[in-house]
Amino acid sequence: MSARPLLAGLRRLVLAAPAVWLLLFFLAPLALVLKIALSTPAIAQPPYEPRFDIADGLVVLWEKVQGLSFDTFALVISDELYLSAYLSSLRLAAIATLVTLCVAFPLAHAMTRAPRHWRSALILLAIAPFWTSFLIRIYAWIMLLKDEGLINKVLLTLGFISSPFHIFPSDGAVLIGIVYSYLPFMILPLYTALEKQDPALIEAAGDLGATPLSAFWCITVPLARPGIFAGLLLVFIPAVGEFVIPDLLGGSDTLMIGRTLWSEFFDNRDWPTASSVAILLLALLIAPIMIYERQQMKETAQ
Amino acid sequence: MKRGLSAVHLAVLAGGFAFLYVPIALVILYSFNSSRLVTVWGGFSTQWYMSLFANEQLLAAASISLRIALVAAALSTVLGTCAAFALQRFGRFRLRMMFAGSLYAPLVMPEVIIGLALLLLFVGLGIGRGFWTIVIGHTTLGLCFVTVVVRARLVGFDRTLEEAAQDLGASPAQTFRTITLPLIAPAMAAGFLLAFTISLDDFVIASFTSGPGSTTLPMRIYSQMRLGLTPEINAISTLLIGLVGVCLLFATSIIRFRAPSEAQ
Repeated sequence: MSARPLLAGLRRLVLAAPAVWLLLFFLAPLALVLKIALSTPAIAQPPYEPRFDIADGLVVLWEKVQGLSFDTFALVISDELYLSAYLSSLRLAAIATLVTLCVAFPLAHAMTRAPRHWRSALILLAIAPFWTSFLIRIYAWIMLLKDEGLINKVLLTLGFISSPFHIFPSDGAVLIGIVYSYLPFMILPLYTALEKQDPALIEAAGDLGATPLSAFWCITVPLARPGIFAGLLLVFIPAVGEFVIPDLLGGSDTLMIGRTLWSEFFDNRDWPTASSVAILLLALLIAPIMIYERQQMKETAQ
Repeated sequence: MKRGLSAVHLAVLAGGFAFLYVPIALVILYSFNSSRLVTVWGGFSTQWYMSLFANEQLLAAASISLRIALVAAALSTVLGTCAAFALQRFGRFRLRMMFAGSLYAPLVMPEVIIGLALLLLFVGLGIGRGFWTIVIGHTTLGLCFVTVVVRARLVGFDRTLEEAAQDLGASPAQTFRTITLPLIAPAMAAGFLLAFTISLDDFVIASFTSGPGSTTLPMRIYSQMRLGLTPEINAISTLLIGLVGVCLLFATSIIRFRAPSEAQ
């Protein structure tokens, strides 16, 4: 036996192992969500009907497919609660994403101007908070923003305010939480895009009579566009479906779709409705996810 | 000429990094607070660390979380490295777009969707939820991160080194062991640590895929947080930040010392 067939077999295994894993634990579960979203809510346990059984084979599966109902979807689409949860998630995520961009851009820009031997340390510092626990970072903001929290205490002591300002819990606190948590995701692509820019371009614009501001708008921003775009997607997509931040920092009136899905599932134990909410959330995000993926693949191909 | 740092840039850097780090620093500072009220400073004390080590529920959760993170990170590293090789070295194959798509999607997909989907799968197949179902969930997420890290390394890989080894008579296995593996090992180690911290940190997927007796540390912290702030949370947070900090320093030093070629 030569090594050739062995190598070919090994090669197949290298591809098959992750492929099978993803098929089993990513694609199949997503298909299952779609299927359960289309099944009728059952009152009895388990909370959905019909039950999926791999042993039934395709014929039975097809029979069940014919028995699917769009009732849950119709319910979710027509119910005002879900609609307003969708809209308010989109709104909050969009505002938070833009604020994140406004905070991250000057920071990333300043990082590219730092001396070269500082830069890798700065990059590390900028993304390190991403590694510290998500919950801890949210907890930190509860400590800061509470009525009797640290910010209020400082402001009261310094006499800037006479009574504590109330921001926790509210949509405003959720906004701060999203900006804070996702800032590293925005800084990194912005930095990568800005770092590639030749500073001679700005100098040339200046020599040709452009003010620093117009040079910024006409040269820096357009050249950073891929980075801006990647950062926007990287923040916006997960922020729309965020559960932890609205749950811990938001008020009882803070509606976000991730939270709705969670309570349908854990509190109401209504699995088909939770699945429908998940599918509609996915439908909303599939376009941005595809755009993000295309961009990623183009970048790696280069 | 104007490449240097101006005062404005310095102010932006200082402000930006203060925004990122002051909240975390305060969590650490107040873990040494002797007052039971989290935001009232009552003097230095380490009593909350003591009560932490007496809290058996929390310790049990921490041990489960660590074990899950180790297993999930190991699985993620193996699968993710395989996936990176398949994407970077195998050229075109059938369903490559779909393969790449399912590797990149979990990076941004809301965790509630992944969690719900996995739970429905486990219930549908009649698999009891617990340690291993959480491992599966975390591996699915972690392997995608490992793929990105290892693939980035393979993109900059000088393949003439492998060819040279084979010209000199090395077998494919020897080439892999002596050339390829040492060169991608730093990326694999970084990927492992990334997958490890992601698993240790995850709350949403673990909540969906855990069963009785497999409550993870973030789940425990979360339920304590819902009840209100306690200095104990500050203490456990500080320990976690310390652990992650050590991992991070370790990861960066591996990359820095093992990969001098990247300086070019």
